[in-house]
Formats: sequence, C-alpha cells, structure tokens
Amino acid sequence: MARRRPQLTKVARAEERAAWLFLAPSLVLFAIFTAIPVISAFFISFTQWNLFNEVTWVGLGNYIALAHDEIFAKVLGNTGYFVLVSVPVQIALALACALALNRGLKGQTFFRVVYFLPVVTSTIAAALVWAWLFNSNFGLINAGLSLVGVTDLPKWMGSTRWAMPAIIIVSIWQNLGYAMVLFLAGLQNIGKDVHDAAALDGATGWDRFWHITLPLLSPTTFFVLVISIIGSFQVFELVLVMTKAGPANATNTLVYYIYQNGFQFYQMGYASAAAMVLFLIVLAFTLVQYKLQRRWVHYG
Amino acid sequence: MGKSVTDWVLFVVLLIGALLMSGPFVWMIATSFKPAAEVFQFPPTLFTADPQVDNYRRIFTTIPFGRAMANSLVVSVLVTLLQLITCSMAAYAFACLRFRGREALFLIYLAALMVPSQVTLIPNFIMIKTLGWIDTYQGLILPYAFSSFGTFLLRQYLKSIPAELMEAARIDGASHAQIYLTIVLPLAKPALGALAIFTFVAQWNNFLWPLITTTKPDMQVAIVALATLQGQYNTDWPLLMTGSVIAIVPVLLVFVFGNRAFIAGLTTGAFGGR
Repeated sequence: MARRRPQLTKVARAEERAAWLFLAPSLVLFAIFTAIPVISAFFISFTQWNLFNEVTWVGLGNYIALAHDEIFAKVLGNTGYFVLVSVPVQIALALACALALNRGLKGQTFFRVVYFLPVVTSTIAAALVWAWLFNSNFGLINAGLSLVGVTDLPKWMGSTRWAMPAIIIVSIWQNLGYAMVLFLAGLQNIGKDVHDAAALDGATGWDRFWHITLPLLSPTTFFVLVISIIGSFQVFELVLVMTKAGPANATNTLVYYIYQNGFQFYQMGYASAAAMVLFLIVLAFTLVQYKLQRRWVHYG
Repeated sequence: MGKSVTDWVLFVVLLIGALLMSGPFVWMIATSFKPAAEVFQFPPTLFTADPQVDNYRRIFTTIPFGRAMANSLVVSVLVTLLQLITCSMAAYAFACLRFRGREALFLIYLAALMVPSQVTLIPNFIMIKTLGWIDTYQGLILPYAFSSFGTFLLRQYLKSIPAELMEAARIDGASHAQIYLTIVLPLAKPALGALAIFTFVAQWNNFLWPLITTTKPDMQVAIVALATLQGQYNTDWPLLMTGSVIAIVPVLLVFVFGNRAFIAGLTTGAFGGR
C-alpha cells in the first residue's frame, strides 16, 4: 500500500497525539452541544414536531408558512425597528462618553464604573426595575413627566406606539457601558503623540476628531458595530419581562417569537425555521459589514 | 481658560448621566425597603419613612430563594472551572502544538462564534429532555462547560508566549502535560482570570436556558426565580426589588474585585483578533 502522506517523525507524531488529547474534552463538548445541534436545527426546521408526536417531514413547509405569517412579518419589522434605532444611538452615546472620559477629568474612574454597572447587571433584574419605572399608573418616569408639565402622558408598555421605545431606552441604558469600554480601550491605543503632532500643525479640536481620532478608531467602531447589531437582533429578556411581546405583538421580536413557538406552542419545526432565519440575517449582516469595512476601516 | 470651562460643562453633563445610569439601582434599593402599599403612591416616594427590613427575610420564606441563590452559585462556579480547563487545554493545542487539520478545526471553532445561541437552543433542549436531564445540575452545566469564545481568547494570549520557553523545556525532557501545567498555565494567569470573571458573570445572568430546562422551584437559578416572582395579576414589587438587589450582589463583588481582568476579557475580542 502506497503512503500518500509523508512519514512524520517520531517526535512530530507524539506531538500530534498530545494535541488531540488536549483537544478531546473541548471537541466532545463542542460536537455534542454546538456542532450537532446546529446541523439538527437545520433538519428540524424541515419537520413538524411537537416533542410528543411522530416527526413529520414537511420540506420547505415551515419556511413557506413563515413567509405567509402576518405575525412573523410584524416580528421582523419590530426587530428591524429595534436594531435601527438602538444601535446608532447607543454607539453615538458610547463614543461621546468615551471621549469625555478619556480627558483626565476629575472623578473619571468613578464615572466609568457607574456607566459600566448596568452591563454586569442581569437583564432580568434591570428589566424588572424599568418595568416598574415605566408603569403608566404609578411609575417614576410619568411622575417626572407630569412634574415638568406633560399632560398627555404616554402609556408606555401598554401602548402600541410607546412600548418599543421603552424597550429601546432600557437596552441603550444597559449596553452603553460595554461599547464605551471598547471605545476607551481603542482611544488608549491611539498614541498621545499623534494628537500632539497634529496640534502643533495647528489642527483644531474638531479637525483632530474627524481626521485623526475617528479614522484611527475605525477598527474599534467596526467591532462595536458588528457586536451591537448581532446583540440587538437577539433582544429577548427585556421583551419577556417588560411587555411579553404585547400589546398586540407590538414588541414581539425574533427571539421572543422563537421562544413562543418552541416553548409555549411546542412547534419545534416552526421555531427552528424562525431560528434559521435569525441565523441567516445575522450572518448576512456580518458578511456585508466585512465587505464594507474596506471602505471605511483603517488599520494602523 | 477655555479648556477649563469645557471641562466644567462636561463634568456637569457626566454627573447628570451618572444619575440616569445609577438611578434605577437607587430606585431598586429604595423600593426594596418599602411597605407594599407605598409602592402604588403617586407621585412616588423615593425613601420610605417606614423601612421594611422584613422584605429581606420574606424573600427567603415566600419562595425558595436561598436554594435558588445556591443553585446559581454552584452552576456558575462549576461552569467557570470547567471552561477554564477545557478552553485552556484546547487553546494550548491550538497555540503551541502542531497537528494536521489545526487551521481547519480552528476555523470551525471561530465560525461557531457566529451562531446565535437560539439556533442550538431547541436541539439542545430536545437532547437534555431525552436524556432525562430536565431539573438536573448536569443539564444546567454541561452545555456551558466549553466555549469557542474562551478557547479563542486564551489561544490569542498563549500565542504571545515565546516558543523558546517551551522548546527548552522539551529538550529538558518535559512532557506536554508538564509544560501545560508548569509553564503555560502560570504564564496565562491574567487571561485565565479575565475568562473566569467573564464566564462567571455571564453564567450568573444566563436566563433562557435555565428557564426552559428547569420546572421545579427547587432547581431554579436566582435570575429565573426572580422572573417568576413577577405575577400575572399581582406583583409584590418590594419583594421583587429585594430579590433583584440580592441577586446582583455576587456579580457586583466579582466586578469590583476583578474590574481590570473583566475589562480585559471584554476588550480582547476587539484588539486581540487582528
């Protein structure tokens, strides 16, 4: 029998064996809890299954049903609304905070910690407090609004118009600190000498921001953008605690819809198809951003 | 002069921002001491004249919250330890050893970072249910005993360890296990610390998986127990806020003591990946 591969030396073979031994625990867990489930999810999305009856193969049935599902269309629209509003606002605010907290102001460490605290808090605990703050009968927010003279107080979570903005506000509050920390790390990567040199050349603050800071920060901005978009597409806990997708599905989002179909209606096939749609959207967005990054991301 | 005025304005703006950011926490703590009736007053009070310390006893007697906190602790600590072991072993292989298929396998691990966890949720749930692992610790822990993120983070760090160090040890006759234990792990302490804190916090706050794989109140983790306290019709808000205060204490402790390492864990992805 001819050997196609060149013979490995004894040492190299030992190293190879060691490598697989070191990988074994992680590989087994990866296969069981990630690789096989991803493939299974793909196949389950072509079936009808409620966990108790026989599995029925329905081909593209679930996907066709999703395409005709009015609630799903609404869910996609809501998720898009959430992503389109929360991501840009969050990034702009985070960048502003990072710039402000990178100037060596008094109390800067204190501010950084306070702004970051919501990030480590569980979304459930945060959502519970905010649900209470936004309560239209006895919440602090409407109390504050009526104090400054607003008479037509929004019903927040009880209104199809204001429920989503309420969720967006909480999401921005919670995730702002994460993006801020990333921007701070990015700003610290930009040497002070670059700014000093530019200042010597007579560049004003705004000039320096637009022509030096922003371009040099673009790899960080790119990372924050990708992470924020991926994260926003998966909003779930805020919806669960604050509105339970209501009123009239006004705040139903992709992941909440997956949860509803899978774990409340036990439609595993339908839920899996929705999960595959989520996967494809996230994948498409990330790939498009990688393509576009060449136009605006400058690596030093 | 101009600069100091700008800084002054900035300081005031940041202070208002800090009030907005910390306000909900203050509100949470303030409400946890209120008598139930005071919660529905309009306009609301911030600090109650009649503080109810009893809320902090009631939360443990109304629901098995002590048990839930213990469950959270057991699950989070074990998940963290297991991830440190499995991720560091895999990272050692990826960063320091040569084997066929290394690049391809690493790419597969990286690709897994892109998969939303909701995609694997249903198959994993079906598997846990089939195994009879609903309401068990292994069901809560094992799916998280490994992570692509942790492997990636540690591999990036291990890549920076000079190869000469390990080669010298090889020449002295050290086995791979010895090199991993006596050279690599001690040198990787900062990265391991970052991963540990990051994993603990993420696991403590993990909600959807424990929600669907536990049915008995005795097996619930703290965060799930909190969510179930929010009733359909009547919500005991002071009790809920008391539970929320208690449930974030462990995370705050970890964050305060491991602030630096935690931030390192968060920002590695942004800059280590290049």
